[in-house]
Amino acid sequence: MADFDVPKLEDYLIVPEPRDKVTNHLAPFLAKPPHQSDLGFPEELVDNWKDVAIAKMGDLLGKYRSLQVFLDICVHCGACTDKCHYFLGTTDAKNMPVARQELLRKVYRRYFTFAGKYFPKLVGAVDLTEEVLDDWYSYFHQCSQCRRCSVFCPYGIDTAEISMAAREIMDAVGKGQKYCNEIIAKVFKIGNNLGLPEPALADTLEGLEEDIEDDTGVKVRLPLDEKGADILLITPSADFFAEPHVDGLMGYAKVFHEAGVSWTLSSKASEAANFGMFIGSYENMRKLALRIREAAIDLGVKRIVFGECGHAWRVAYSFLNTLAGPFDFLDQNYPIPQHICEFTYDLIKQDRLRFNKEENDHMTVTFHDSCNVARGAGMGGYEGGQFEIPRAVIRAACNNYYDMDDDTIHDATFCCGGGGGLLTDDLMEIRVKGAMPRMQALKKVTEEHGVTNLAAICAICKSQFAKTLPYFGFRMDQIVSVHQLVSNALVMKGSEQEAELDGSAEEAGEAETA
Amino acid sequence: MSLVSTLYVGLFYAATVILVVGLAMRIKKYAQTPAPLIIPTMPAPRTETGVAMRMLREVAFFESLFRSNKWIWLFGVMFHFGMLLVLLRHLRYFTEPVWFWVNWVQPFGRYAAFAMLAGLLGLWARRFLVARVRYISTPSDHLMLALLVGIAMTGIGMSFLVHTDIISVKAFFLGLMRFSPQPLPGDPLLLVHLGLVATLMIIFPISKLLHAPGVFFSPTRNQTDSSREQRHIADWAKALEAGER
Repeated sequence: MADFDVPKLEDYLIVPEPRDKVTNHLAPFLAKPPHQSDLGFPEELVDNWKDVAIAKMGDLLGKYRSLQVFLDICVHCGACTDKCHYFLGTTDAKNMPVARQELLRKVYRRYFTFAGKYFPKLVGAVDLTEEVLDDWYSYFHQCSQCRRCSVFCPYGIDTAEISMAAREIMDAVGKGQKYCNEIIAKVFKIGNNLGLPEPALADTLEGLEEDIEDDTGVKVRLPLDEKGADILLITPSADFFAEPHVDGLMGYAKVFHEAGVSWTLSSKASEAANFGMFIGSYENMRKLALRIREAAIDLGVKRIVFGECGHAWRVAYSFLNTLAGPFDFLDQNYPIPQHICEFTYDLIKQDRLRFNKEENDHMTVTFHDSCNVARGAGMGGYEGGQFEIPRAVIRAACNNYYDMDDDTIHDATFCCGGGGGLLTDDLMEIRVKGAMPRMQALKKVTEEHGVTNLAAICAICKSQFAKTLPYFGFRMDQIVSVHQLVSNALVMKGSEQEAELDGSAEEAGEAETA
Repeated sequence: MSLVSTLYVGLFYAATVILVVGLAMRIKKYAQTPAPLIIPTMPAPRTETGVAMRMLREVAFFESLFRSNKWIWLFGVMFHFGMLLVLLRHLRYFTEPVWFWVNWVQPFGRYAAFAMLAGLLGLWARRFLVARVRYISTPSDHLMLALLVGIAMTGIGMSFLVHTDIISVKAFFLGLMRFSPQPLPGDPLLLVHLGLVATLMIIFPISKLLHAPGVFFSPTRNQTDSSREQRHIADWAKALEAGER
């Protein structure tokens, strides 16, 4: 099915010997002039691109301590060399985190350090050439900014920071990536990544309301632009139609319904994703984040809740307050913003949700920690909440649950292979190869514990797995949303499921008060 | 005073100035460069105390390195903590009277030099034997190890094989510190040892040795997980907001 070699899943993860120029030819489509100009970048490679690139690098070095420190302090110890899923899947030496960083670092050295200016050969410093720029374009788009290397680095050097800076430099010289830049402009113009206009969105939500009523007999609402609602839900636009995302969205709606809160989506901020982070652009990330603030003010909500989306949750949890705060107009008794898993988990703890776990008995589930949630954000207000809370939600809804191997979960989780702006068909080969380590771990729990399904709380992970699972002999529908499991098992008051469980309507009434 | 002594006086004054001023400038740069976004590698401590503990575990036990690679960790610990003991032992050549605890360190410090050397050789061997590490090694990585191995071997040589006139060496360094230069013994081992040490001091602020001060400024390790509770806006980012709200 593929015109490239799909990595074979062995019994355990093998660290390959590094090879040269295996995937240097894999690069995403270039942004077209309008994609560039929409974001304020030059339309095509500018004539004096070398000067512009070096000037931009200098500008970023002064703005980001991370970049300055990380470019200086790597000792080439090699601790990170076997940690990147793209290296493990492609064997390309430049996909070792340190080697990827060196692509930028060797230019930094040449233009910004004493040793690199006067002894370039000795310290591995090179001039910025077209060849170097091409390598940047290939290899900084073979990094999903998942931060796994940063966990294992003795100094915490984070390749994500380096690749963000590199992409920002490339945008500044007019060599941007089509996928990210086109999508960001779409959000500015229409409100979401998919370019779904308000009427289509309203129509979709109406359809989902009908689906839920058909399934359960309960009128669960999915409101849009409702002023005065308590909660504004910000969710990735994939939740509106993609599988299995949409099943998750129906899950959130049912949970809100059961909690008895009023909530709404916004057509203005109908997108949780913030690709501004992927291209390293503070300005674009900030503009995207401000839509959420504006929507919250316009609609007069008291709380903001985020749906299942990995990098969106990193931006929300770690950056939103800084980018678009202060949120002093929201109810301070709740986390700002709150994750849908935190919301559901609170209800579970208060025993306010009733589950019939048998509804999920046809599945044995494992949980894929999404990189941006695991290593870029938190949950629950305590260290490690982002690992426990989604699992607690799954366990509340499922009888059969097993974790994958320890070195592939929690903060050591393997990226799905499609994050960081790589979720585009023109990068399919790198996506499939990068998925290998996760597929390896999945294969192991499949064989040892009969795991049938992989649950995730990230729109990118879900889309990526739906596409890549079949390459490794799995089925595309083995990836499920966490709130899809919730949706399956949730027994809403007054639903057909409740009546079925309790026999009669009268008994159902008793169960409610129990 | 001999020409060699005079040269070494100049060398050590120059090396000290370069090391101190160079490091101070670099540290100032790290401290003054803003960190506009909160990017600790999560899960991260939620308090300043927690961050201090995380940093302590990182620099005292090489916690992250232990998770990632036991061999690098082992050689790294042998080298760094061997060197620490050796350095502490060397305080006796710079203090009069010698601090009491430096006397306690003395016997351990002598043998720690072997741990330091073994760690260095282990790290160096990896640069040849492990293909991934071989790929990322630059000439300067090898030279840096050669320099440190040279320092350790000449030091061990003087400790255990060809003793130098250590009383005079101490007089030389005390003289430097009191700005009244004294002659240095002309033993070849000593001159090589001190020459390499001065070289190390000079390249420290312009090389990867900056990892020593740099690790304390690493945002992924030194930030608290407090972004939902607190805004952390950098001055240059504030400028974007000006006039908007």
